[in-house]
Amino acid sequence: MMPELLFLWTDLLLWLLVMLTLLFIRYAGKRRHLREPWQRVFRSGMAVGAAVVLGVFILIGLLDSIHFRSGDDATNPGEVLSLFDTMVTPLREQQEKSYSAPFATTLYAREMVMQEDGGTERIYPQLKYGGAHLTDLGEKRWDILLTTAIGVAQAIVLWLLVAGLLGLWRRSKPSPSSPRERVRVRGEFAAHWLSVLRRSSDNTNRFPWHVLAWMLLILFMLILVSANLSLKYHILGTDKVGEDVFYQALKSIRTGLVLGTLTTLVMLPAAILMGVMAGYFRGWVDDVIQYLYTTLNSIPGVLLIAASVLMLQVYMDNNAADFSSTIERADMRLLFLCIILGVTSWTGLCRMLRGEALKIRELDYVQASQAFGVSSFRIMMRHLVPNVMHIVLITVVLDFSGLVLAEAVLAYINIGVDPSTNSWGNMINSARLEMAREPIVWWSLSAAFVFMFALVLAANLFSDVVRDAFDPRLRGKG
Amino acid sequence: MMTYIIRRLLYAIPILIGVNLITFVLFFTVNTPDDMARMHLGMKRVTPEAIEKWKSERHYDKPLVYNNSVHGFAKLTDTIFAEKSLALFAFRFGSSDNGRDIGHDIRQRMWPSLAIAVPVLIMGMLLYITLSLLLVFFRATYVDTWGVVLAVMMMSISSMFYIIGGQFLIGKFLHLVPISGFDTEDAWKFLVLPVIIGVVGGIGGTTRFYRTLFLEEIHRDYVRSARAKGLSEMRVMFVHVLKNAMIPILTGVVAALPLLFMGSLVSESFFGIPGLGSYTIDAINSQDFAIVRAMVFLGSVLYIIGLILTDISYTIVDPRVRLQ
Repeated sequence: MMPELLFLWTDLLLWLLVMLTLLFIRYAGKRRHLREPWQRVFRSGMAVGAAVVLGVFILIGLLDSIHFRSGDDATNPGEVLSLFDTMVTPLREQQEKSYSAPFATTLYAREMVMQEDGGTERIYPQLKYGGAHLTDLGEKRWDILLTTAIGVAQAIVLWLLVAGLLGLWRRSKPSPSSPRERVRVRGEFAAHWLSVLRRSSDNTNRFPWHVLAWMLLILFMLILVSANLSLKYHILGTDKVGEDVFYQALKSIRTGLVLGTLTTLVMLPAAILMGVMAGYFRGWVDDVIQYLYTTLNSIPGVLLIAASVLMLQVYMDNNAADFSSTIERADMRLLFLCIILGVTSWTGLCRMLRGEALKIRELDYVQASQAFGVSSFRIMMRHLVPNVMHIVLITVVLDFSGLVLAEAVLAYINIGVDPSTNSWGNMINSARLEMAREPIVWWSLSAAFVFMFALVLAANLFSDVVRDAFDPRLRGKG
Repeated sequence: MMTYIIRRLLYAIPILIGVNLITFVLFFTVNTPDDMARMHLGMKRVTPEAIEKWKSERHYDKPLVYNNSVHGFAKLTDTIFAEKSLALFAFRFGSSDNGRDIGHDIRQRMWPSLAIAVPVLIMGMLLYITLSLLLVFFRATYVDTWGVVLAVMMMSISSMFYIIGGQFLIGKFLHLVPISGFDTEDAWKFLVLPVIIGVVGGIGGTTRFYRTLFLEEIHRDYVRSARAKGLSEMRVMFVHVLKNAMIPILTGVVAALPLLFMGSLVSESFFGIPGLGSYTIDAINSQDFAIVRAMVFLGSVLYIIGLILTDISYTIVDPRVRLQ
């Protein structure tokens, strides 16, 4: 029987965003002035490398955004799971009793255990799952090495396939610029297997295939090695209640992505509309809008978020019946957090758009449209909005990493996502107390650090290239 | 100039009224004082009498905006809105939900906050400007490229990690200074770590930002003529370029000056510094709305002062800017 799909609000919005992005790609692909900056972006090796990393994060996040109930019928609704959960079932289900270090086979703390002769002894109890397949603990190192080797081998095979096909596909595409090369290429399939690794001779104007290929190799290895190892061990240890930290870190990806993207998505309509209106109409409209954003801006952001989240908590406690499950409740809070973060962050974009609209409205083509009697609404939609889109795009991309980072701070002040939601902020927040333990529990913090760092760094590097490509001031400066 | 400042000050009034209204709506109408009382007393098993008692102890038992039970002008003044919200304009913060005088607390907690924020600002400025000038000095070399890469990497680390990592490394591992706490006797001992971490945490983002500011200046004509005069590159950089690039840097700093009073939220509570930042966090955690309201208002006032100071400082450092 088909499992019953469950649409959470953030799921719907996330998929809406995906649709919009795809539509935009289609739209931009047909227009030269939009296509060219993106081509410039993807000629940069750094951007391609960052995009591959971001792509993996997004893929995991999207897989984690298809929810359904695992139960069979109405009487047994079961848990709410995501597609991603079912893909990593062993990770999710292999719960230990408490802390265990990465690759450990025993718990981290000694426990009193009853001996056969009736006495008790303090020993490190065996883990239920981590390394449970080993008959002799001395083999652990070899087992890890062997499993890693298998993972690497799988990765290489997969990569040879993908990179090889990429090379073939690229070479078999007729490139009108070099007909001579095309002639030479025909029939030499074997020679072009893996040709992607070779830097093309003019690497300024080409998509950096070699970067893509190498990044894929690294990622395949990371994914397959960790997949193989995590079936047998807890590669990043377990937390206080014995949950696999690697699983938590992976689940947190979705939270980070939702906050980073939906926040800007919900604020965009208001920011664009108001910014453009303020700049185009000037006069009292401008005054009102400026007043609005100065007022909102002058409230310290964290305090506004705190106040709103506290109010939301009170509301949810009073209307607990409206939320049928904890996951829906947590999702509502996540969405609300996006909205309130959006309210605090739209002002910067609005101010920039106002400034740009003030400039554009004086240009000849706008003046001409006004003289022809085109309605203000049409002028704004046809002439102003498309011409400020580069600012919007740059802001969206630049804001993303800041929002992911902000989540950690909000979680610390207890006004972040729901404590039951997996997020890096929550991981750090609980790991904070673990650092004071003796001996310290360092793996939760390190895991959150590595994942967050990877996502934010990739986003920062990518947004740098995007900004350089779209900012007209920088155009032509190389 | 004077008229400009006065006009700006007058312009601040409607903004503060707006802030006041927003906080009032958020704190009193979205959720009524009854909800607040219930939350403080526990959701279940709470009698209406207990709620009434809680409210009357904190003067939350009046009508929100219009009091029909009294006569005359008091119809408007003997209300929650007048007592709790409008009173903020006179900086009468009232007492917190657990009965302490907020104004007194703020005056006392301001100093530890400043003791961290001011050294961070000064040392940070010196360090960031030096680093970014060095990057610009070595522009288009590997030093610059890798410096920028390093800066982006440092930017990508959450401030939480700087604090936790620094606390662990310096306090717990090397045992150089106490991990957290505060004492007026040996205050510096407790302040060193938060200050260092505050400075280090800002290196990535700020250095990179300053570098772009300097790079914009470096292609100007006056730089070329300075070089043509035969000045050393060092002198061009550290005298001519620095002076001109200081305009955006200084005005940015001026805007942030008043907000220094608010302290830094996370690092203060991490290091147990009894400043305004940790005050705010404690208030949020114990859901003491009176304090949060006071801090929202204070923050907005300081922000607006910062805006006005920025405009004034523009005219001082850059004579080309005229205020009308």
